[in-house]
Amino acid sequence: MREELLSVIERNSRIPLDELAVILGVSKEAVIDELAKLEKEGVICGYHTLIDWEKTSSEKVNALIEVRVTPQRGQGFDKIAERIYNYPEVRAVYLISGGYDLLVTLEEKSLKEISMFVTDKLSTLDSVLSTATHFILKKYKDHGTILGKKHVDEREIFTP
Amino acid sequence: MTKPLSDKVLSLKPSGIRKFFDIVHEMKDAISLGVGEPDFDTPWHIRDEGIYALEKGKTFYTSNAGLKELREEISKKVEETRNIKYDAASEILVTVGGSEAIDVGLRAIINEGDEVIIPEPSYVSYTPCALLADAKPVIIPLKAENEFRLTPNELKAAITDKTKALILPYPNNPTGAIMEKKDLEAIRDIIVEHDLYVLSDEIYSALTYKEKHFSIVSLPDMKERTILIDGFSKAYAMTGWRLGYACAPKEIIRQMTKIHQFAIMCAPTTSQYAAVDAIKKGDNDIKQMRNAYNQRRRFLIDSFKKMGLECFEPYGAFYVFPSIKEFNMTSEEFATKFLEEEHVAAIPGNAFGDSGEGYLRISYAYSMENLKEAMIRLDRFIKKLRQKQ
Repeated sequence: MREELLSVIERNSRIPLDELAVILGVSKEAVIDELAKLEKEGVICGYHTLIDWEKTSSEKVNALIEVRVTPQRGQGFDKIAERIYNYPEVRAVYLISGGYDLLVTLEEKSLKEISMFVTDKLSTLDSVLSTATHFILKKYKDHGTILGKKHVDEREIFTP
Repeated sequence: MTKPLSDKVLSLKPSGIRKFFDIVHEMKDAISLGVGEPDFDTPWHIRDEGIYALEKGKTFYTSNAGLKELREEISKKVEETRNIKYDAASEILVTVGGSEAIDVGLRAIINEGDEVIIPEPSYVSYTPCALLADAKPVIIPLKAENEFRLTPNELKAAITDKTKALILPYPNNPTGAIMEKKDLEAIRDIIVEHDLYVLSDEIYSALTYKEKHFSIVSLPDMKERTILIDGFSKAYAMTGWRLGYACAPKEIIRQMTKIHQFAIMCAPTTSQYAAVDAIKKGDNDIKQMRNAYNQRRRFLIDSFKKMGLECFEPYGAFYVFPSIKEFNMTSEEFATKFLEEEHVAAIPGNAFGDSGEGYLRISYAYSMENLKEAMIRLDRFIKKLRQKQ
């Protein structure tokens, strides 16, 4: 049940427990138990909402920043990653294989604030060798969901 | 023109519930539960492969029996799922949907007057195809108390000297019934004893929710007498691509290929290329879709239970088949009233044979939101009916 439960709530974390129990074919108590376990084990890390901010009046600018760093003795990349991810405006930090080391995603209110973060905070870190900033112009798909496109059922009303 | 058209075709009945369909088509805002095809789009990698085939200019006929590579993949898939080996070169025919395989399969084995046993309720084309092949359809009305499985006694009672073939439509449309290994073993001896052909329509084989689908060809001495039909429509959500296949002994496939060659030439080329990719890389898609169907199936069964609506638990396809006998109406009356009052369209069970009278076919190839709303309306509707009684 674990894998199926996770795949259901990954797409809809607001599904009522009763309904979850019915569609998984188990008791409500079993669902509650399993969720508690998953939270305790840190498998479930949070219940977020996917928002298309484009459709709101709020101004948000997102950027992806490629960061090349010198790993530190004994700590590898973990220490420098921590220094970066502790900034609340940083949305995600990934260690990446290939041409650079860390991919940092950032959300700010303006381009200016993003460039200030890069020049003032990121580039000044000792182990950061270089950065390359990419601004996101449009989100087509996020978290597996295609944004701004409504699914239309084009099937015939009846087929045998 | 004054000369009459074909008597045989003229005598075929169009759907028995045409009046109901006419009302549905006028009602634009109805929630439909009437569709017999998946609600998922064909997985993108399969569509992409179709596009790629077009880009590469793969726009010609394939061999009559179908692309060699596709038949080889089908052979592997069937061996993996049924534990029976079919020779890709001589024992597999790629058809235009499972429906062509039904038609061609029957025409390849029937002589005029041969009897073909058709368990009902079942898919609407068996009887017309049998009639077009000059067979005499012999209907077995299946029973809800047996969960619409075919029992040995029912089969025995239907067999005569003239019986040539049995159609075995499991997992079943419209009931959602399955036949498990023990059920098939129970009828196998009768089939062999009377030397019958079996047309096993397993188009929903990928969609079972108990054990994995078991095919009658996997039982001893069955391969030699069975035409196994499966396809891509339901498993990979590829209905519009029109692609199915038949597996059978060489001699039967040879005759089927003749009909197919003269009537169709070959199945659509783009679809065949896409289908190779479907078989090779589509297992995970099937799993995901099956999980989603299973969740909806459990939701509907639970909803019926809460409403007190009688329904056996079906383990196949994407249909549930609740009984509406308690309301003292025909299926068509019930469905029409339900449509008019609650704007929900479910198919009257008798559209799939007289023995479907008293039932509704509800498809769960719909989103959960859709199904939830439909169940709220069904609940309200039957409460009203019960108050009046």
